[in-house]
Amino acid sequence: MASTTTEAAGHAADAAASAPGMPQLDFSNWGNQIFWLLVTLVVIYFVLSRIALPRIANVLAERQGTITNDIAAAEELKAKAADAEDAYNKALADARAEAQRIVAEAKAEIQADLDAATAKADAEIAAKAAESEKAIAEIRAGALESIKEVATDTATEIVTAMGGKADDKAVAGAITTRMKG
Amino acid sequence: MASEAHGAEQGGLVFHPMDQFIIKPLFGGDHIGLFTVTNATLWMALAVLGIIAMMVLGTRSRAIIPSRSQSVAELAYGFIYKMVEDVAGKDAVKFFPYIMTLFMFIVFANFLGLIPTSFTPTSHFAVTVVLAMLVFVTVTIVGFVKNGMGFLGLFWVSSAPLALRPILAIIELISYFVRPVSHSIRLAGNVMAGHAVIKVFAGFAAIAVVSPVSVVAITAMYGLEVLVSFIQAYVFTILTCVYLKDALHPSH
Amino acid sequence: MEGQLAHIGAGLAAIGSGAAAIGVGNVAGNYLAGALRNPSAAASQTATLFIGIAFAEALGIFSFLVALLLMFAV
Repeated sequence: MASTTTEAAGHAADAAASAPGMPQLDFSNWGNQIFWLLVTLVVIYFVLSRIALPRIANVLAERQGTITNDIAAAEELKAKAADAEDAYNKALADARAEAQRIVAEAKAEIQADLDAATAKADAEIAAKAAESEKAIAEIRAGALESIKEVATDTATEIVTAMGGKADDKAVAGAITTRMKG
Repeated sequence: MASEAHGAEQGGLVFHPMDQFIIKPLFGGDHIGLFTVTNATLWMALAVLGIIAMMVLGTRSRAIIPSRSQSVAELAYGFIYKMVEDVAGKDAVKFFPYIMTLFMFIVFANFLGLIPTSFTPTSHFAVTVVLAMLVFVTVTIVGFVKNGMGFLGLFWVSSAPLALRPILAIIELISYFVRPVSHSIRLAGNVMAGHAVIKVFAGFAAIAVVSPVSVVAITAMYGLEVLVSFIQAYVFTILTCVYLKDALHPSH
Repeated sequence: MEGQLAHIGAGLAAIGSGAAAIGVGNVAGNYLAGALRNPSAAASQTATLFIGIAFAEALGIFSFLVALLLMFAV
C-alpha cells in the first residue's frame, strides 16, 4: 500500500507537471491531431483514387483480358487438334473399309474358282464311278453266267456219276432256285 | 523510455504505461497549436509514405505477371474490393476508394505503431473518433439522399409485432447513435490496451527474477498485437461496409 | 483514500474484460462447431465471425476504458 501511495503521489506530481493521466483525454491537442489526420486522409484519398487504384484496376483488367485471349487461343488450338484427329480417324476408317473390300473380293474370286474346280472334280468322279459300276456289273453278270454253267455241268456230272439220269430241265431249275437262295 | 527514468527517480516498481501516448512537438517548444508538427504528425506522414511506397511505387511496372510488391498491392486491392462488393453490395463500389483509404491508413498506422519507441496515431480517440464520425456522417447522408425518408424505415422493424415496434424503434435509434462511439473506441481501445499491456510487462522486466518471464510475455503480446492490428483494421473496414449496406438498403 | 477507491474500482471494471473474453470464446466456439458440421459454409461466414467477435470485444474494451479512466483521469 505504501508503494501505491508513493506511486500515486509521484504520479499526481508528474501529472501536475505535464499531461494528465491519459494523454488521449487531453483535449488541448485534439485540434492539432484532427487537422493532421484530415490532411493525411485527404492525401491518401487522392493518391489512391487518382493514381494507385485506377492503375491496379487497369492491370487487373488487362490481365483478365490476356487470360481470356489466351483461353480463346487455346480453345481454337484444341478445336484444330480435334479436327485433325477427326480427319485422321476418317482416313483410317476409309483405308480399313478399302482393305476389307479387297479382301472380300479376293475371297469371293477364290471361292468361285474353288467351286468351279470342285464341281468339275465331282463330275469327273461321278463319271468314273459310273463307268466302274458298269464294269463291275458286267463282270458280275459274266461271273454268274459262268457259275451257272459250271454248276449245271457239275450237277449233271454228279447226277450221272451217281447212276441217275440227269434231267436237264430239273437241274437247271434246281440251280436257279439255289442261286437265288 | 520515460518510464525507466521515472523508475530510477523513485526507486520502486513504477509503471507509466500511458506515457507512450503523449503527444510532443517535434521541433522544440511546449505549446501545441493547430499546425504544430508533432510525433503524431510524423507517424501519420510515415503511414502516408508507406502507403505510397506500397500502392504507387510497388505497382509502377504495371506488369501482367506481377512482381512481389505489385502482388501485395493487388492483394490489398482485391481484399477490400471483394469485401465492399460482398458486404455492402454492388452499388457500394463507388465508395471503394474511400473505404480503401480508411483501411490503408488504419493498417499502416497500426503496423508502424508496433515498431518499438514509435507512436501510434490510431491509439488516440481524437483520430478514431474523427474516422468513425466520417463514416457515421457519410452513411447518414447517403442513407437520406438515396432513400429519402424511407431511410427511417431502418428504425421501424416491420417484421416485429406492432405493439413492440415503438420500443424497438427507440432501441434501434440508440444503437444507431452508439455506432460511432463503439466504432471509434473499439479501435483506439484495442490498440491502446495492447501497447499499455506490453508497457506493463516491460515494467516488470526491471525485477531480475521475473525478467525472463516478462520478456517472453512481451514477445507473446507482441505477436498478439500484430494479429490485433490487422484484425482491428479489418473490423473497422467491414463495419463501415455493414453500415453502408444499411444506408443503401435500409429494409430490415 | 479517494485515489485508492478509484484503484479498487478500476480492478472491478477489469472483470468486464473477462466477461468479454467469455463472449468472444462463445462466438468463436460456436463458429467452430458450426464450421465442423458444415465446412463448406464456413468460409462464407468468416466476415460474420469477425463482426461478432468485434461486437463482443467492444464491450470488454468499454470496461477497460472505464478502468483506465478510474486509474488516470479521476
